[in-house]
Amino acid sequence: MSIKVVRALSVSRRRFLAAGGSLVIGFSLSPKALFAQGSPAATKLPGSLNTTPMIDSWIRLGADGSITVLTGKAELGQGVRTALIQIAAEQLFVQPGKIQLITADTRRTPDEGYTAGSNSMKDSGTAIMNAAAQVREILIARAAVRLGLSADKLKAEDGAVIVSDGRRIAFGDLVGGELTRVRAESQIKLKDPASYTVVGHSMQRVDIPAKVTGGAAYVQDLRLPGMVHARVVRPPAYGAQLRELQSASVEKMPGVLKVVHDGSYVAVVAEREFDAIRAMRALAAAARWDERALLPEPSELFDYLTRLPYDSFIDADNHATTAGVTKTVEANYRRPYQMHGAIGPSCAVGLYKDDSLTVWTHSQGVYPLRKSIAEMLKLPEDRVQCIHPEGAGCYGHNGADDAGADAALIARAFPGRPVRVQWMREQEHLWEPYGPAMMTAAKASLDGGGNIVDWEYEVTSNTHSTRPGGAGNLMPAWHLAIPFTPPQPKPIPLPEGGGDRNAIPYYKIPSVRVVHRFVPSMPIRVSALRALGAYANVFSIESFMDELALAGRTDPVEFRLRHLEDPRAREVVTLAASRFGWSSYAPDKGRGRGFAFARYKSLGAYLAVALEVDVDRETGKVRVVRAVATVDSGQAVNPDGIRNQVEGGVLQSISWTLLEAVSFDKKSITSADWSQYPILRFPELPDTVEVHVVDRPGQPFLGTGEAAQGPTAAAIANAVAAASNVRIRELPLDRKRVKVALGV
Amino acid sequence: MIELDINGTKRSVDAEADTPLLYVLRDHLAMNGAKFGCGLGQCGACTVMVDGEAVFSCMTPVSVLAGRKIRTIEGLGTVEQPGALQRAFIDEQAAQCGYCIAGMIMRAQALLEKNSSPSDAEIRRHMMPNLCRCGTHMRIVKAVRRAAQTMRAEADKPKSAGQT
Repeated sequence: MSIKVVRALSVSRRRFLAAGGSLVIGFSLSPKALFAQGSPAATKLPGSLNTTPMIDSWIRLGADGSITVLTGKAELGQGVRTALIQIAAEQLFVQPGKIQLITADTRRTPDEGYTAGSNSMKDSGTAIMNAAAQVREILIARAAVRLGLSADKLKAEDGAVIVSDGRRIAFGDLVGGELTRVRAESQIKLKDPASYTVVGHSMQRVDIPAKVTGGAAYVQDLRLPGMVHARVVRPPAYGAQLRELQSASVEKMPGVLKVVHDGSYVAVVAEREFDAIRAMRALAAAARWDERALLPEPSELFDYLTRLPYDSFIDADNHATTAGVTKTVEANYRRPYQMHGAIGPSCAVGLYKDDSLTVWTHSQGVYPLRKSIAEMLKLPEDRVQCIHPEGAGCYGHNGADDAGADAALIARAFPGRPVRVQWMREQEHLWEPYGPAMMTAAKASLDGGGNIVDWEYEVTSNTHSTRPGGAGNLMPAWHLAIPFTPPQPKPIPLPEGGGDRNAIPYYKIPSVRVVHRFVPSMPIRVSALRALGAYANVFSIESFMDELALAGRTDPVEFRLRHLEDPRAREVVTLAASRFGWSSYAPDKGRGRGFAFARYKSLGAYLAVALEVDVDRETGKVRVVRAVATVDSGQAVNPDGIRNQVEGGVLQSISWTLLEAVSFDKKSITSADWSQYPILRFPELPDTVEVHVVDRPGQPFLGTGEAAQGPTAAAIANAVAAASNVRIRELPLDRKRVKVALGV
Repeated sequence: MIELDINGTKRSVDAEADTPLLYVLRDHLAMNGAKFGCGLGQCGACTVMVDGEAVFSCMTPVSVLAGRKIRTIEGLGTVEQPGALQRAFIDEQAAQCGYCIAGMIMRAQALLEKNSSPSDAEIRRHMMPNLCRCGTHMRIVKAVRRAAQTMRAEADKPKSAGQT
């Protein structure tokens, strides 16, 4: 690794940035190029420092004492902004309020790929923690030189380096030259976790005050000078082609500035937002489409998926012939298509000016989106900038990237003024890529002592990521006169996994075989929905664990503990059971308790949930009465933030599990709005949801965001089985399915 | 031109009669609080108050609002001086993405102005029209309860001298 190379790259970068008029200059954004130049494989650096190793890519100090921290991750409502500030403040010995955090922006921040997979703390949190510690050490070393003292006589405190005799040099007075233009060290001195004053302590989220007072908080609130409004007209169904569009009368409507028409892609630009909506409706009424029935018969969906060609991946195979089997149990489980269902329809603002494009987008991955938009518009990547302001919570790959593509297409057709485009509710509902329908088949054998001696499991699924890897993943690009087509989907490899995320049980079982049947062909548009395959796999495995416990006449918690070796797993299980009052539980009529556990991705957060349901035999309505979750996310940064995420995960999973399935007929999706895709409402809430955080000071960050989805689903199914003696293996457990299962 | 009374201020707006209030607030008046969620009255992200009642601003044409008192979240307080509900939502950290929250607060405000000590069941029933997708519901209910307490405590305070 040569520092000379770094500087050479930085200089050219700086020139480019200056030419682009950016205010942020002179930091190192191209570390990947260094590795590409054949430098010897260096020691693996912590978190995203491994891909962006220059310290000034992450932290910059101003002579005025300002501290800017940069992250390639995006705030999605999960509170990452606050947690990253806490981490930097802790290692730098400054108040969190002194730190300005800049999130995902292709001209300013590191490329950390997608904000997904509960990886932000592991990737960016770890990088910022180490970078901040290194910056602090650099500042101390410089102060030592200036004072003629040895560094061990100095320490950092409240934004300054101090000497025991009271002398103090503010960080800002130590800045100069290229102080932090250095490569990250692999072993940097971190603060002793026992002395943490910010990390591990709940901090109020920095973004909430604006959100509760009508401040500008979202891309939807962005108002740029001269901004105009656009709306798109989507085809009535997948594959529909525009046959005829008489747009002349729409072009004359009040406020209308332009109708954009390119193949089957139709949009309208107007001065006022509601003018754009009126014009969109008129255009939709004027459009004639050719439609085809492309979707499977809904009642035969799972048979249809089974018949599609598939690739088999053997995820685990230490299958052995086992002796002493006394009982074998088999069960199949199903999960329908489910929706992200952001409360705010997707939105983006685009500005095309001087052959360059800027897109303000709530995409989870500004760099991949930039690449995809550049390909779609046939622009060099450096002519496209993607900046992330927040949108409504997305919970995965929803319409955000596509709205960014809409903004790009419309802005290019209407250059010079910023164009804001927001989707209508039915567009979000009908066009977002759903969480895929999945099928699983489990078979296990018990020995005479009620222990699992053999486990076979197969999961059948479409891909769980059609995120933009190129223009073909941007839905609006499918509708252009010269269309882009989606690339052949690929499975996400283990250990993260896609359809097979969490398909390998976390239990100690002597003989395990796990097969992933990956189905490339997608009758319905799908992609990453919070937890990906882990939702269905944990639902299946943890339902099946209860079925096995029942077969072995063992208490479900005891049965899990018997097969769990990892002490951290055991601790969340034991704690959830005791906080719930598992051993002393005595159900009222119609009630039952359920338990589930998973370690997300088998390498992330440990989460156990115990809950109680009420099953109304007359109506088939299931309500979760109370839920207790315990979570170990490693070193807890913002414990209340973790609780908020887990509470949210539990409630969202209750909604998915009890209510949600995307409906369709042979021509089109029919879940067009909330009336046809109901989600949880206030009267259906549990009485209480408790979350207990098991903090692990000094341990790696494990992430939190997706850990509750699977366990909650299984705990509900297990509780319903306990309350009614009926095992339901297909989601959702809605009134109709429960009534059928109960035979009422 | 239509004259509207928004948070106690008269605003003249050049909008066609059928324009929903939501677009007048957001687009003509550059206010952020009310959010577009569905345009169908199904989610409540756009909730504001009109003459003390919670209404869907996405479904309310401005033509019916002349002479009526419109309140939005901007009228309840500021970051520096938050209103009781805003304070309570911050104290309870009752937001994740927060997109639904302005609507939640306005619907809750309408409740608390009529019923100063609602039960949890009353809060849940009243909040039914509003959707939250992040699953922040438990904290929202807690925040409404906390705000009710604050408002009652404020109301019970003896009036200071000179204000009798």
